[in-house]
This record gives sequence, C-alpha cells and structure tokens, in this order.
Amino acid sequence: MRQTKNLKRTVEKVIQIVFLMLGLVTVGCVLLITVYIIISGLPAIREIGLVDFLFGKRWASTATPPSYGILPFILTSVYGTAGAIVLGVPVGFLTAVYLSKVASKRVKELVSEAVSLLAGIPSVVYGLVGMLVLVPAIRTIFGIPDGASLLAAILVLSVMILPSIVKVSITALDAVPEEYEQASLALGATKTETWFRVSVPAAKSGIAAAVVLGVGRAIGEAMAVMMVSGNVPNMPQLFQSVRFLTTAVASEMSYSAGLQRQALFSIALVLYLFILLINAVFNVLLKGGKKQ
Amino acid sequence: MNRNNPSLSKSRKTYGAVMNALMLAATGFTVALVVFLVLYVMIRGLPHITWELLSTAPSYLTERIGILPDILNTVYIVLATLVVVLPLGVGAAIYLTEYATNRRVVVAIEYAAETLSGIPSIIYGLVGMLFFCQFLSMRTSLMAGALTLVIMNLPTIMRTTQESLKAVPQSYREGAFGLGAGKWRVIRTVVLPSCIDGVITGCILSVGRILGESAALLFTAGFAHALNGLFKGLSSAGATLTVALYVYAKEQGEFDVAFAIAAILMMLTLIINMSATLVGKYFQKRKNS
Repeated sequence: MRQTKNLKRTVEKVIQIVFLMLGLVTVGCVLLITVYIIISGLPAIREIGLVDFLFGKRWASTATPPSYGILPFILTSVYGTAGAIVLGVPVGFLTAVYLSKVASKRVKELVSEAVSLLAGIPSVVYGLVGMLVLVPAIRTIFGIPDGASLLAAILVLSVMILPSIVKVSITALDAVPEEYEQASLALGATKTETWFRVSVPAAKSGIAAAVVLGVGRAIGEAMAVMMVSGNVPNMPQLFQSVRFLTTAVASEMSYSAGLQRQALFSIALVLYLFILLINAVFNVLLKGGKKQ
Repeated sequence: MNRNNPSLSKSRKTYGAVMNALMLAATGFTVALVVFLVLYVMIRGLPHITWELLSTAPSYLTERIGILPDILNTVYIVLATLVVVLPLGVGAAIYLTEYATNRRVVVAIEYAAETLSGIPSIIYGLVGMLFFCQFLSMRTSLMAGALTLVIMNLPTIMRTTQESLKAVPQSYREGAFGLGAGKWRVIRTVVLPSCIDGVITGCILSVGRILGESAALLFTAGFAHALNGLFKGLSSAGATLTVALYVYAKEQGEFDVAFAIAAILMMLTLIINMSATLVGKYFQKRKNS
C-alpha cells in the first residue's frame, strides 16, 4: 500500500517536471533567438564600427571597397512606418469607433469578419496586388519612370496594419463602462460628442496600444514591401525606390558571404532591438490600461 | 442623432455631422478595400486555375508550370508544425493554469510568449537558418522550416488553450480531487477534454498563419519544386504555396500562375476564417446550454 502511494507520488512529481519543461520551452526559444541574433550580429558591427555602420549613408556591399552604412535602411523603415501610421490609424480608428458604438450587432459582426479576412490574407498576396495595381497606378498618376517606391510601400503597409488597429481599438472601446457614456448623455452631450469626448479618452491607452502594435507590424513586414518598394538602397524619398531594414536582410541573404553576410545579421540585430523596444511600449500601454 | 434638436448650437451640429460622416466613410473604405481585394484576386486568378496546374510538377522541358509539389509541401509543413507545436503549446498552457505556483516563472513564460508573438518573421527565418539548418545541420529543408514555424506558432496555441482552460469551472477539478484522483488523472480526464475548443481554435489560427508565411520559410525551407513523399519531402528543400507565389511573381514574372496561387490562398483564408468563427460559436453554444 505504502509502496504504491510512493510510486504514485513519484509519477506525479515527474509529470509536474515534464509540464514545467514544456512551459519553459517558450522562454528557451526567446533566449535562443536573442543569443543567436546578438552573437551573429556583433562581429560585423565591431569590424565596420558602430558609428559608420549606423550612420553611414552608403550601402554598397558588392562594390570594391565595399561600404556598409545602413542609415538609408533605418530611415526608410522609420519613414515607411510613420507614413503607414499616418494613413492607416485615422481610418482604422474611425472604423473601430463606428463598429463599437454606432453599428448594429449584425453590421458589427459582418464588418469584423471582413477585417479578420484582411488580417488573414498572406503578405505575398498584398505584395502581388501592390505590384500589379499600385505600382503602375503610381507610375501613371505621378509620371515617374518607376512606380516601385516608398509611397507604394507606405500604401501597402497602411492597409496591412488596418486590421490590428481596428481590432485592438474595438476591444478597448467596448470595455469603456456604460455609466460613463450614460452620464455624458444625461448631461446633454450628443451621442457623437459622447463617443469622441468620453469613450475615446477613456479607451486611450488601448487605442495607443493598437497604434504601437501597428508600428510593430509595419516595421517587421518584409515580403509585401520587398515586392513594391523597388529595393534600391537609396536615402528615403517618396517617389524613389527604397530598401527597408527587413528587405535589406531578405534581398541579399541568399548570395551573401563573409563580412557582407555578417553585416546582414547586424541589420537583423538593429531590427530586433527596434522590435523589443516596441514590444515593451506595447506591454506598458496595455497594462496601464488594465490598471485604470 | 440629435440633428433635429433645435436647442443645439450650429457648431455642435456640424461637429456631429462631420464626425458621423467621417466614421461612415472610414468603415465604408475598409469594407470596400476587402471587397476589392477579394474580387480582384479571384477575377485575375480563377481563370488560370486548371487541372493541369493543380496536378503536375513544373517541367523545364515542356515549359509547363504545375503547383502540385507546392501544394504537397504546404500540407507537409502544416502537418509537421502542428505535430510538434501542439504538445508544446498545450503542455505549456497546462503548466501555467494547473501547476504553476511560482509567480515569477509564470510572468517569465507569459512575457516570453508575448515577445515571441511580436518578433517579425524575417528574424525567425534568420535564426531558423542559423540554428536548424546550420547548427543542427538539417540543411535547407521542410523540417527546418516547420521547426521555425513551431516557435512562431507556440504563443498562439498556448494562448487559445490557456483561455479555454481558464473557462473550465474550478468545481470540476475539486470534484475530481474529492473523489481521490491525483493531479495527473484530473488533468487527463477532466481538464484536457474540456479545453479541446481552445486547441482546435489554436490549430485553425496556426494553419492560417503557416499558409500565409513566406519570409521565415525562404531561408529555412527554400524554394525547390520537386515532387516528394512525406518523409522524403520533409528532409529536402521545397516551396510552400506562398513562397511559390513570391518566386513566380518576383523572380520569374509568371503573373498568371502567381494570381492562380493567390486565388487559392484567398479561398483557403476565407475557409479558415469562417471555420474559426463557426468553431467559436459552436463551443460557445455548447458551453451555455
């Protein structure tokens, strides 16, 4: 009797340890990614020099002598993301307010479904449509020789971040206590005034989190941007072919070697640091919202 | 709305009208965008989906393009990823909701999961290439791609399972404990069966993500179009549908084939989204009844 009890206890203990291991796999993965990105990213930075690498304006990895300045990529990623936010956030935000406050239950369900579809469409499909619709349209409208440009990338990105912005904003707006709105209405504010001057400020940290999530999506997108941005390492200009941090890594990886390859890993390290920063801000915003 | 209320000042009326118009315009734009994307891809793609395209491998001799290998590769990679990620994700979720007592471990795991879901796929691709293809010398293969996708999808499975575990009433567990069952037995017979909805939802979401993934697979799974069986396929390089779309559109300029693949992907996305919604509703109903 005692023996079976002991056996049972051992089995329970072993199983608990197995589950703990499974739980820690996630932590292990994050450590693995971080360590690999740092270890493979540092050598090139050390060789090129941090300042030359980050603030060098010329990227010519196959020239002799090669030059590895990634300022064009950093600025392109920053401008591209900013542009996508400027275009995508107002549309996403207004859609979210409409769906959360105005729309009937049926309309809300249908449009939410459509927005989820937008989130599920693979990025290469966005890239393909961008390549064949947006790029030629930009070429003819603005009369430039090649429509593959920063503008095309910004437009594609602003569509791709829409679903994240709409969804997170709706969650935040739905969570605003009804009493706030009733009080505002009772004081004589119109419905529209109540939504924008009471509900939206009450949900502001959730909406801010939505924007930050959009920033993360936009800065990390590679394939769609690769297909519409022309992929030339210019300093960013709206109507010129540009290269993002993500596409810089993707476009040369398949044929790179030596210092060029290591420099690509360093670009990934820079991108990773951007993403960690954005994630941290996102978490602070979401948790700040919950505490209120 | 109070548009006809005479006591409102003119500026307040204008404010209301403008804001309402803007909201309607934004929502209309979003919906129009979805409709345009779906219709455009379908109209350009559907006419090019032929039986020959679906059922053959590409051949340079006859200049024929077929996507059967890419379809099979996609199936292989989805299967391989799910087989590995399910036990990991479900196990982690069970640890978090059933076992974990140390607050710090819980916070570490949850923070790690959040970090994983924010990392862009190109970074996964790079690390997958360095770790699975080079360090574990799996070379560029579907298996290396699948393992990379396992890390990507871990947070999804974990989160959906965790959510449905939290919905299992505490009294079920207490009842089972009261009858003298051990912890493992309670988990096996009471907890696991009731979190099946979360696991299924997680699977559907993961399949959607795997279908749409390209950047992480480009350097880990490669872009070959060879026709292989499951086990041979997993150990050799191969393109999934999304990667094939990219290669045909960007490198080879075969836009008709690219649109045919895009139309297939669009239909799959529609199916996945609808089934996720339906599964959610079905289990919601069953729980309420």
